[in-house]
Amino acid sequence: MSDDTPIYEIGETYLLPQGTTVHDITEAVARVTETKAPRGWWICFLPSVSLLGLMTAVIAYLLAMGIGVWGNNAPAYWGWDITNFVWWIGIGHAGTLISAILFLFRQKWRTSINRFAEAMTVMAVLCAAMFPALHTGRPWFDYYLFPIPNQMDMWPNFKSPLMWDVFAVNTYLTISVIFWFVGLIPDFATLRDRSETMLRRRIYGFLALGWRGSHRGWQHYERAYLIFAGISTPLVLSVHSVVSFDFATSVIPGWHTTIFPPYFVAGAVFSGFALVMTMMLIVRAVFGMHNLVNIRHLDLMNKFMLGTSMIVGYAYAMEFFIAWYSGNPYEQWVFLHNRAGFAQLDSLGNWGPLWWSYWAMISCNVLVPQIFWFKKCRTSIPIMFVATILINIGMWFERFVIIVTSLTQDFLPSSWGNFHPTFIDVGLYLGTFGLFLTLFLLFVRWIPMIAIAELKATLPGAHPNLHHHHGEEHDHAHASAEPAPAE
Amino acid sequence: MQIFPRHLNLLPLVIAGAATVGGGVLTGAIWYYASPANLQVGYAPEQPVPYSHRLHAGEMELDCRYCHANVERSHEAMIPPTQTCMGCHTQVHPESQRLAAVRESFETGESVEWVRVHQVPDHVFFDHSVHLAAGVGCVTCHGRVDQMEVVQVDQPLSMGWCLDCHRDPGPNLRPRNEITNMDWAPDENWVAHVDEVNPPTHCSGCHR
Repeated sequence: MSDDTPIYEIGETYLLPQGTTVHDITEAVARVTETKAPRGWWICFLPSVSLLGLMTAVIAYLLAMGIGVWGNNAPAYWGWDITNFVWWIGIGHAGTLISAILFLFRQKWRTSINRFAEAMTVMAVLCAAMFPALHTGRPWFDYYLFPIPNQMDMWPNFKSPLMWDVFAVNTYLTISVIFWFVGLIPDFATLRDRSETMLRRRIYGFLALGWRGSHRGWQHYERAYLIFAGISTPLVLSVHSVVSFDFATSVIPGWHTTIFPPYFVAGAVFSGFALVMTMMLIVRAVFGMHNLVNIRHLDLMNKFMLGTSMIVGYAYAMEFFIAWYSGNPYEQWVFLHNRAGFAQLDSLGNWGPLWWSYWAMISCNVLVPQIFWFKKCRTSIPIMFVATILINIGMWFERFVIIVTSLTQDFLPSSWGNFHPTFIDVGLYLGTFGLFLTLFLLFVRWIPMIAIAELKATLPGAHPNLHHHHGEEHDHAHASAEPAPAE
Repeated sequence: MQIFPRHLNLLPLVIAGAATVGGGVLTGAIWYYASPANLQVGYAPEQPVPYSHRLHAGEMELDCRYCHANVERSHEAMIPPTQTCMGCHTQVHPESQRLAAVRESFETGESVEWVRVHQVPDHVFFDHSVHLAAGVGCVTCHGRVDQMEVVQVDQPLSMGWCLDCHRDPGPNLRPRNEITNMDWAPDENWVAHVDEVNPPTHCSGCHR
């Protein structure tokens, strides 16, 4: 555990403010689940549940009427549904990146945000899965998607990337849930041990799986956590790569591109970080977690967004370059006319009808994050709050642009068309926010939202060779150096 | 302090066992019960007119194509228009109470609302004409209609059942002129020319 020692030569300090004790951390996190919800929680919860109600109503109507109530129609066979699917599944990637990859790279600052981000992964994947499930049109036959023996000779076509998607998303959901739960076990034990009523004690005790905080327990636990981090790491890269294959393996201009897998993965991490940030800023304010998630964490996350934004920006530029360099007129038409809207006008002298969505994407995803070059912007809460929301709008437009501008004007001008969303499209998208936020707020209220045990390990007191360092920084650090939870 | 009894340690094992066994049982149950062979075969809805195939096609030996006239040219076997019935029934049993609905249809021009018996899913494009042209007999899919008082589903009509024949059509082929013969059985001289039939087994053969 000595590898998270700050490097004093470059001015680093410990992650948490001086004088924070292990008990402070337990108190700050566990108290949220033990006291009445603050008013801010209710202010968020009621609109969320209303949106969830809207989603239920919209889905009931959709099931009764069929998916003709969406705006999808020839030639735009995919519309908001697949846009929303890709967007939500992308959101989840920040959680896996933070919990798995940053863990393997020993980035200790992740401990303040990983629990949070992992919960968002699970909930985002649930929201995402709903769209393709409904898009099949007859969701009660969705079991056809799985290789279940049956008398009809119905069997998945393993050559189809859509099939790979089913397995990628299901694997992702399963692993994310298990990894999340494994991380929670010691913290559930902390809540159990603090419980004042028998009911709470039993519920948290059940979830803690008999955790005692013994050395042997910790040893197994650390090993299991490392293994799950190892299993999750390739998923960060593979899931969105497979999603991108849905597009890249087809021959539609604007989709048939080898850059898609890395481009999609970078975009997913980019948008995931942005949503984690948005939610974190709200929860931090509502529950007063300013010490545990402090400006240094936010600064690091903003740097991450700047980095992924540059990768995404590079991909946008490279798509354009290849469209020009390939000399393929269809590819050029999609990029220069349909997306960018300059350079090539159609026979009526019009730009592509959706040029504005392309430029919304460029502004939000490439231009806005450039402010994070400046430390002033990286450390200003209002600025980063607005920026993260803009980034998520931009990332939604990215998927919309890819799907709709390619499908609506492909090789054959006689089959060109446009896409118009209906109220049901909009209602379902807003409704999934209801599902996401409701689950998220319940999580924040009843489950330790910050990894108590892991965060304690970043305290100076957790350092075996603490006294070899120089200086006054450690005067406060005589707080107990015991392992972690069970108080 | 113990808040759970010791035997609860067995719970994970029990859950794992139950999930394995339960999953297997559920799959088996769906395999058996949720199949067209279980749900469709034997379906025999009541029709608005008590028409008897046993009498018409069996005893009186009317050819199937007398009523289902377009079956060799069309996707649909075609439900006959009321005029086909009245071609005989203006002379035969013209006053029968059982034929009241047919006479009413003939006078008003409104079709008799027959209930569909054989139905494949919407996304299957089944074509009667190509199957007859290949030499598949009526009886192969519809069973001994000439012995049915009320028509009922005889075969599962499921995708697996279709594919069994598409992959190996030989046993179900017969001479073109024996298509409507319910009694035909191959003799030692009969050779099915399977290579001329070549049924599709790819998705878009039937799903478009």
